[in-house]
Amino acid sequence: MAKIIVVTSGKGGVGKTTSSAAISTGLALRGHKTVVIDFDVGLRNLDLIMNCERRVVFDFVQVINKEATLKQALIKDKRCDNLFILAASQTRDKDALSKEGVGEVLDELAKEFDYIICDSPAGIEHGALMALYFADEAIIVTNPEVSSVRDSDRIIGILQSRSRKAEAGETVKEHLLVTRYNPVRVEKGEMLSVEDVEEILAVPLLGVIPESESVIKNSNQGTPVILDDDSDAGQAYQDMVSRLLGEQVEYRFLEAEKKSFLKRMFGG
Amino acid sequence: MSIFSYFKKEQKATASIAKERLQIIVAHERTARSQPDYLPQMQQEILSVIRKYVSIQDDDVQVQLENSEDCSVLELNITLPEK
Repeated sequence: MAKIIVVTSGKGGVGKTTSSAAISTGLALRGHKTVVIDFDVGLRNLDLIMNCERRVVFDFVQVINKEATLKQALIKDKRCDNLFILAASQTRDKDALSKEGVGEVLDELAKEFDYIICDSPAGIEHGALMALYFADEAIIVTNPEVSSVRDSDRIIGILQSRSRKAEAGETVKEHLLVTRYNPVRVEKGEMLSVEDVEEILAVPLLGVIPESESVIKNSNQGTPVILDDDSDAGQAYQDMVSRLLGEQVEYRFLEAEKKSFLKRMFGG
Repeated sequence: MSIFSYFKKEQKATASIAKERLQIIVAHERTARSQPDYLPQMQQEILSVIRKYVSIQDDDVQVQLENSEDCSVLELNITLPEK
């Protein structure tokens, strides 16, 4: 039975698509057959991050409308054998996603895949609701910053009241993923710490991704950052995927690198 | 940070301000979330009934629903203007 995981946040620009690409790639690399679906109809970007933008022929909405089969629409990742991408439609609007239609597609995918990752659009409107409705688990992507934390709390409330699991009296398993974390600023008291965010949202922590130049460097090339073994963000995503699979992994990159005496005196 | 920054005035840690503000707003929004959907509408109607007799502001009526184990208490708090 496939596990459906939504990557959501409420607020835009916090790293949902980057995280969806990293998580799905990470799961696939560990041997799990994984599909990642872009729910951001009209503003698709997962294809760019995954470097398959020129291979999109059919999209999610066309599958829902039975204008294409799933087989035609699934794009096989060039780097991992176990990974497939289902792109969002760029021309329709988000109302094209009907609950029945999305449910049918997910049911069909569930027969074949171990993990279905739903990359949610920002906001709390129809597209975001559809992305989270069928979820078994949710990864809440949050930046250590007031508006992101507040919006995360809002989306947690929606998960707890308007998801399929909630309607059935069950709970969606929630995970907190803090991204764009800057330990230097946290130490200076300029940024909320992971502990602060965890305490406010009351959601168990799954990962902390440091603010890193490597994220844009990799997105420029269409490489999910998790494939960049040398980067701190890539390693942090690898740790996160391990934890998602139930392994105990120590947290890294939570503390500022100690600067040498000279650097502290003269800057740098 | 360089040698010059040692002379700058110590700033208050803004992260703790952020945490405090978030804790307040999140707690507030969570209570609003757990209340039934009819509550805002009911609050408006109560407000209009009172307005027939006294002039009050929107935020002079506070409606709270508290759920304990075996009963729910609807608490109405109306602030009347001073005479």
